[in-house]
Amino acid sequence: MQKSLHLDPNKCTGCLQCEMACAWENHRSFTTAKSRIKVFAFHHEGRFVPYTCTQCDEAWCVLACPVDAIRLDPATGAKIVLEPTCVGCKVCTIACPFGTINYVASTGKVQKCDLCGDHGPACEKACPTGAITYVDADWTGLGKMRQWAGKTDTNPATV
Amino acid sequence: MRHVIIGSGPAGVVAAETLRKADPAAEITLLCGEAGPPYARMAIPYLLKGQIDEGGTHLRKDADHYGRLRIQLVQAHAQAVDTGARTVTLGGGSLLPYDRLLIATGSRPSLEQIPGIGLPGVHACWTLADARTILAKAKPGTCIVQMGAGFVGCIIMEGLLSRGVDLTILVRSGYMVRRMMNPTASGLIRKWCEAKGVRILTHTQPQGITAEGGALQVALADGHILPADLYLSAVGVDPNLEFLAGSGIAIGKGILVDANLQSNVSGVYAAGDVAEATDCLTGRRQLNAIQPNAVEQGRIAALNMAGRSARFKGSFVFNVLTTLGLASSSFGEWQGASGGESAEVLDASRYRYLNLQFEDDRLVGANTVGFSDHIGAFRGLIEGRVRLGKWKQRLREDPTQIMQAYLAAAHSVA
Repeated sequence: MQKSLHLDPNKCTGCLQCEMACAWENHRSFTTAKSRIKVFAFHHEGRFVPYTCTQCDEAWCVLACPVDAIRLDPATGAKIVLEPTCVGCKVCTIACPFGTINYVASTGKVQKCDLCGDHGPACEKACPTGAITYVDADWTGLGKMRQWAGKTDTNPATV
Repeated sequence: MRHVIIGSGPAGVVAAETLRKADPAAEITLLCGEAGPPYARMAIPYLLKGQIDEGGTHLRKDADHYGRLRIQLVQAHAQAVDTGARTVTLGGGSLLPYDRLLIATGSRPSLEQIPGIGLPGVHACWTLADARTILAKAKPGTCIVQMGAGFVGCIIMEGLLSRGVDLTILVRSGYMVRRMMNPTASGLIRKWCEAKGVRILTHTQPQGITAEGGALQVALADGHILPADLYLSAVGVDPNLEFLAGSGIAIGKGILVDANLQSNVSGVYAAGDVAEATDCLTGRRQLNAIQPNAVEQGRIAALNMAGRSARFKGSFVFNVLTTLGLASSSFGEWQGASGGESAEVLDASRYRYLNLQFEDDRLVGANTVGFSDHIGAFRGLIEGRVRLGKWKQRLREDPTQIMQAYLAAAHSVA
């Protein structure tokens, strides 16, 4: 059974431990701006919403990449960016209707959540409140996300 | 079932791959107009910069990719299509029979109609062969005059400047990338380029080009003569459709296709730059020569060719551009919808700008400059026709709250 990140805004306090863990994991830096998971603050509502790639089946980023730099990691189901192959053209960043693949100026490449490979997501380990959990894919809100994706998808049929 | 795909750009390659998954027994022939493996024109700017080699431009990196999928690559130009006999005439006159045909022949650079456009030293920057020529000729101090500052004209500048050339850009209108950017965004891009040492001449176009002692002379309307070692012509693109004359395939600006991406002729489909499909925002048919559209149409056309009904729900125009390191993007009705409202925020000294356009409580268009985080959400909001509710007013007050608006309105998480 493949696992997915389950993000629960009701449990998020906006502490940004996840962003720091992600930035450290991927950039050996605590610069949260470089994190692949982002916590969005809703000041009117007093609410924090953690958000990152859902590793969707449609994978607009994979389809749109002109140089085959985004591949499926068969072990985790993550769509991962091959940095040496990515040219930094940013086509994937406009193709993904979720806004979860982003250009990083300091590397000249794009980045997205890769679920941290075989050792499991660093954000989940860092989250002190259980707002981020790594669970069997069927347990997450993935179905809900996909349902929404269907509204923007040009065609829900996959092969 | 014999599937023939004319054109090996992103639309054609994705179509061939999709066909293989959907129909394991099919015969798939992919006609390639150029020598070598299928490649991405989007990668050429990075080849010019020296960031990648030619292999880095290839659409698929595994040398055996097409062989493994039993996709037969044939280097040939289609000369004609006989829709009655279901054959494609190749150069040399040989006939290639098909049961299902996909036309994905893409675009080619528009040709400027001025004297001297055929001279040696005058080039487009479109193919790998063009890139090789430019790489051979563009040396430190080489004087380049480039006509055009659209998407291609802008995206190749970094590669050219990285070679130490002296670059002058001629712009017919008053604005760079005027088909993608509003005047404010365009002005920021111009200022950025000029700060990087590029000379930009707006309201300028050449009257003719002559060759004098190994160099070119570019004559302007005001009588000025610009000397040039190299003249690059980047005035837009036109779809490759001429070979379809007399085929009975209905053509407007492009090949007119239905929601299955089928033309008026049964069994003949089109995808990518040549397909004139319905825009999901305006409801009007239009060409949409962008990479995400090409691959999505390639996928959907292929599913239909394989007998699986799949509908193309329409697309809209959006694009992302990097000009000498400055990122910008353009979505949908960035000019504004009639009766709609807008919001913008500008920080000119830091080259940052957002322009949002609304119709009722939906986002219908946007421009960004110097702002590249989460820009895919603009597509999600616009294509999903997401009702913003109270978030429209919040965005009018602070356009940078776009991700909060997206999460709240599209995902109901706040």
